[in-house]
Amino acid sequence: MKGTDAIGEAAIQAGCRCYFGYPITPQNEVPEYMSRRMDEVGGVFLQGESEIASINMVLGAAASGVRAMTSSSSPGISLKQEGLSFIASLELPAVIVNINRGGPGLGNIAPSQGDYYQATRGGGHGDYRMPVYAPASVQELYDITMKAFDIADMYRTPVMILGDGMMGQIVEPIVMHKRADIELPPKDYILNGAEGRPSRIVKSLILDVRLMEEHNWKLKRKYDLMRNELPMHEEFMLDDARMVVVAYGTAARIAKGAVKRVRSDGLKVGLLRPITLWPFPDQAFANLSKKAKLILVFEMSTGQMIDDVRLATQGRIECEFYGRPGGVVAAPQEIARIIERHWLQRELS
Amino acid sequence: MKKVYSRPASLKQAPFHYCPGCGHSIIHRLVAELIDEMSLRGKAICIPPAGCAVLAYNYFDIDVCESAHGRGCAVATGFKRAQPDRFVFTYQGDGDMAAIGTAETIHAANRGELITSIFVNNAVYGMTGGQMAPTTMLGQKTTTSPYGRRPKIEGYPLLITNLIAQLNGAAYVVRTSLATPAKIMATKKALKKAFEIQLEGLGYTLVEVLSPCPTNWKMTPVEAFRYLEERMEKEYPLGVFKDITKD
Repeated sequence: MKGTDAIGEAAIQAGCRCYFGYPITPQNEVPEYMSRRMDEVGGVFLQGESEIASINMVLGAAASGVRAMTSSSSPGISLKQEGLSFIASLELPAVIVNINRGGPGLGNIAPSQGDYYQATRGGGHGDYRMPVYAPASVQELYDITMKAFDIADMYRTPVMILGDGMMGQIVEPIVMHKRADIELPPKDYILNGAEGRPSRIVKSLILDVRLMEEHNWKLKRKYDLMRNELPMHEEFMLDDARMVVVAYGTAARIAKGAVKRVRSDGLKVGLLRPITLWPFPDQAFANLSKKAKLILVFEMSTGQMIDDVRLATQGRIECEFYGRPGGVVAAPQEIARIIERHWLQRELS
Repeated sequence: MKKVYSRPASLKQAPFHYCPGCGHSIIHRLVAELIDEMSLRGKAICIPPAGCAVLAYNYFDIDVCESAHGRGCAVATGFKRAQPDRFVFTYQGDGDMAAIGTAETIHAANRGELITSIFVNNAVYGMTGGQMAPTTMLGQKTTTSPYGRRPKIEGYPLLITNLIAQLNGAAYVVRTSLATPAKIMATKKALKKAFEIQLEGLGYTLVEVLSPCPTNWKMTPVEAFRYLEERMEKEYPLGVFKDITKD
């Protein structure tokens, strides 16, 4: 199954019944898939007049109590930031897919990881956070998209799935399974007409600064809970590793290929792949064995996640960076050469 | 003694914060009366704007969802598509409707979204302190058009209601005024018709209400109501611009 189709089918299986979006490459297969499937399952597919309109339609559907999502790519995600800030403050559940392309500006339509900061630092205005997942296979795209709707409902938060053009276009066999039956909080906030109950308000305007501060701390407590409960990562050949490559998404797939190559030459190198980019899997770095002497962060950007790696390691392990921004996709051989050079330079053998 | 006048049940027991002579209080009351009379409270969802009427949720005793500036029609679309059997209306000012939200407004109308927009036109940005609005009239002075609106510099007032009447998705498009008690009653009639057309599922409905803003017009309420009738109604002619139940 193709990555974009896996996202769409997982959303349908998760019970998403409202999709709103605007065409932008390289994610057009998501709305195309949804336009077919929503009709079959009696859901709503609507192509908005802009990304701004689409995210606000998601807001309205989410406040109606219906599982809702949108998808876009980098410049379109920039346009959605206002709406994301509102959805975060209103504490509404929503799933947002960003198939990251080369930037800044109009950039290009090649796979990139230049939107890490925007995704993990809120992106929109105000003091909010949002869970961000970075799948690295079609199976994971499927599993995480399904999970994202539960996380969104559980914490009443927007959730972002950050992929890139490569993740969207790749075709792999997957196992489709049913959604895990988990208990979710009742949707006692939805607006559906005040029939037999007091009227409800969904709002983020809080003019009293004390009450606004209270709202901010309430959100913060929720984010602390997420920091404890949500971090996910994958470890590959870390047990005896003297050097740890850190990469996510497509870059992690490339890095894994490189690690396998250098392992065959006897280099003790492993891979740590963050799956949640926010909250960042800090604990995985704290748990690294004392054998690990060097971290090499590889990103398809000029270096963004490396900030979080440095925060997570707190200077205990030296960090190096290698990046290919702007839509360039490095081959495993290239990363293997970089690994080898650092290995020899540091006398890690 | 027979009670002849009381607060509509759909209005909360809260004093309006609006300035003396402001039209919002009148329009709020008309809407609340209709929600009572048409038994809509149990299915109504209101989307107020960013602007003076953002605080509508303090007054309407119905479900209310705030939206970002200009995004009312998109948020309303989300609600209505998710719950087609509900009654959904936006309440928007001129900046919301005809400047920052022009795209959302026109496309919702063109799709024939089954929502009603109540568009309160007072020709200025009220909440932010009287800046030039898309509907500010030629020659009208505001805090950002201190020499009066000049067509070569600030461009022309946008008659968005007339524009929307051209769209196939629009079912009922009307402009009314609050200038006199008779016109206020005509406004209520227009709102009622718009609500009925939405409930019948015939298309997008829009009621533009010309409304005074004495504070930012720098007038007394009496002067403002006179200005509304003598000046604004000339620039913004009242009337039904589209009614598919008649055409």
